[in-house]
Amino acid sequence: MVTHAADHGQGGYPTGWRRYLFSTNHKDIGTMYLIFGMLNGLIGGALSIVIRMELQNPGLQFFGDPHLFNVFTTAHGLIMLFLMLMPALIGGFGNWFVPLMIGAPDMAFPRLNNVSFWLLPPAALLLFMSLFSEGDSGGSGFGGGWTLYPPLSAGGGPAVDYAILSIHIMGIASLLGSINFITTILNMRAPGMTMHKLPLFAWSLLITSFLLLLSLPVLAGALTMLLTDRNFGTTFFDPSGGGDPLLFQHLFWFFGHPEVYILVLPVFGIVSHIISTFSCKPVFGYLGMVYAMISIGVIGFIVWAHHMYAVGMDVNTQAYFITATIVISVPTGIKIFSWIATMWGGSISFKPPMVWVIGFIFLFTVGGVTGVVLANASINRALHDTYYIVAHFHYVLSLGAVFGLFAGWYYWFPKISGYMYSFFLAHMHFVVQFVGVNMIFFPQHFLGLAGMPRRYIDYPDAFAGWNYISSIGSYVSLLGVLIFLFGVFEAFLRKRPAASNPWGDGANSLEWTLPSPPPFHQFETLPHIK
Amino acid sequence: MAEGQVRKHDYFIADLSPWPFTISVSTFLLAFGLIRWLHEGMPWIFLVGLSGVLYTMFAWWSDVVKESLAGRVTRVVQLNLRYGMLLFIASEIMFFVAFFWAFFDVALFPNDAIQDLRTQKIGGVWPPEGIKTFNPWDLPFINTLILLLSGTTVTWAHHALRENDLQGVKCGLLLSIALGITFTFLQAYEYSHALFGFSGNIYGSVFYMATGFHGFHVIVGTIFLIVCLFRSKLGHFTAREHFGFEAAVWYWHFVDVVWLFLFASVYVWGG
Repeated sequence: MVTHAADHGQGGYPTGWRRYLFSTNHKDIGTMYLIFGMLNGLIGGALSIVIRMELQNPGLQFFGDPHLFNVFTTAHGLIMLFLMLMPALIGGFGNWFVPLMIGAPDMAFPRLNNVSFWLLPPAALLLFMSLFSEGDSGGSGFGGGWTLYPPLSAGGGPAVDYAILSIHIMGIASLLGSINFITTILNMRAPGMTMHKLPLFAWSLLITSFLLLLSLPVLAGALTMLLTDRNFGTTFFDPSGGGDPLLFQHLFWFFGHPEVYILVLPVFGIVSHIISTFSCKPVFGYLGMVYAMISIGVIGFIVWAHHMYAVGMDVNTQAYFITATIVISVPTGIKIFSWIATMWGGSISFKPPMVWVIGFIFLFTVGGVTGVVLANASINRALHDTYYIVAHFHYVLSLGAVFGLFAGWYYWFPKISGYMYSFFLAHMHFVVQFVGVNMIFFPQHFLGLAGMPRRYIDYPDAFAGWNYISSIGSYVSLLGVLIFLFGVFEAFLRKRPAASNPWGDGANSLEWTLPSPPPFHQFETLPHIK
Repeated sequence: MAEGQVRKHDYFIADLSPWPFTISVSTFLLAFGLIRWLHEGMPWIFLVGLSGVLYTMFAWWSDVVKESLAGRVTRVVQLNLRYGMLLFIASEIMFFVAFFWAFFDVALFPNDAIQDLRTQKIGGVWPPEGIKTFNPWDLPFINTLILLLSGTTVTWAHHALRENDLQGVKCGLLLSIALGITFTFLQAYEYSHALFGFSGNIYGSVFYMATGFHGFHVIVGTIFLIVCLFRSKLGHFTAREHFGFEAAVWYWHFVDVVWLFLFASVYVWGG
């Protein structure tokens, strides 16, 4: 693909704390994002373990105050979405590999890139402060769910204000990041790299960035109105003043639905690269993959009210949202089948990234199938706010997106660090994690179908069996995370040097033409693409 | 950095910059201070944060101007800036969408069957019962004309710049700035004579939120134009290269168009 490899000089580069605090280097910023995502993943994961410990048996085990349980679920959701998945996938892998893949020396706006990262620690700090300040219903922290629906979020102490401003700041960070990605991808591709030769990961980041750019400001508007409702007596969401609580839900989900594609589209990109690499074949139907992602992005904007079937919308509106939602399964199906077709007849090697990706395809398909079920307003009426929903969105996000994240980690870790990890530990991590997460979430389908509602600290004895299994599963997945951490530690301890392309002929995007780790500034001479 | 290397591309490789980090710290103080202010009436932390943000913006943009004068803004970097500004304006439009959505949610369906409490409060009509609205063909119409006129004077300045006519640039910009400031003052005058408040009723909430957010953008746009006036006096712009100026013009037109939508829907149709 590359006609002449770039000559990259190892120039002097900044050292010490200034290198990171004042950074303008996409790889350093990407590394900070990855570390930040990992730390918050551990915090969010710890919260979920406590939630499962509480739900292991009927009755109250740990939480004296049920409000605190709700605070835990709210914080778990917000941390995992905004402080783990988005920073790691978009900020981490996006920053590291979009410029490398398109043959650019850096991002378009290097300083803005650093703002995008450095706004996240204050946002995280505000979110953690929210946990310890006075919230709704007297207790500390906000327990109204990550969706912040009024009237739950309309009263109480400053905990909600902390959460609102925290999300505002995360929003600014993502917005600046998405402007940066779009500009970089549209304007800084290497000579000869037309849009139809753009690697799929870069395509996925481009579409993700457009979704962020157009949906986040709407959330910002909703949060601003919530803030003035709480502090300045406006009545946007208060019916007694002529407002409409459903307005918030519409605005929230106009952002919230694109948000789920924002989380999973980068993973689609990663999966395509890994499957092609380890099948030693180009991706089946490259253009189909590109336009499937674009369709998912576009249709993702017009399906938001399928989160709100139970609020009393009229039947025609519901019929529209059912149709639009089910239409999304077409481009998603195109992607799943194209991945399988890429493997078909390929020379497959089951190295860790490939194993994780195959796990992803299975889990994401399960989540997608339950999604088609939930798209129907009639069935949804029975399953709304039950554990069936919890199982569904954890299959697409916590298993789908997170498995894609780990796949990307095992695919690119040698490139980022320059060290090879232990395949044995990576495979073991996969097996334990796969068993663990399925044990957690598959039984939750049954609990939901049986009618167990979400966001409750307690449940009738009839639900005890599957809840017990689900909790055991969460301990198994905790063991998986420990194996993961040990694997990272082991790789840095042993320092087995990684080749510039450890994956063989199948890996033919530009990042594999550079040494591992790449020089501080790459592509001083731009590569030419045939 | 990376001294002694020959760089064979035109992209911008920035030096280390402290501003992203200082803006991170000041943003935290701004947000934390805002909450302290709202809940305990102490504005000091907020003001410290605000001055940090403002100082950082000033310092950062000064760096950008210096780099541009040093010739580091090549053609491709200029194109990057164009993309960036257009995307920023696109996101701003979506911000306004949220407030227009809030407006139409109630103005189109004031007697929605499932919104019983709301229907009672506003009497099932828009504008709500008991709300005395502004006559759109009075001050709001004059303001519309002022803003449209400022759009033409800013175009005058732009064309003068392309013709290297610095006197014309100054005249056009001064007029646009004066019109912008007049708009802001007339808007403040209108607010002070309003017969409805921001709080307690949905009409005032959507009216002040939408027009106030727009007014904030007018002020930002006016400052942007003032900066351009000073920069043109300092000779920063040439007939061919003046993206900072163009960005200000784009922003001004965007503010202008949003006002037309506000005037048509909030003042005329919804008044």
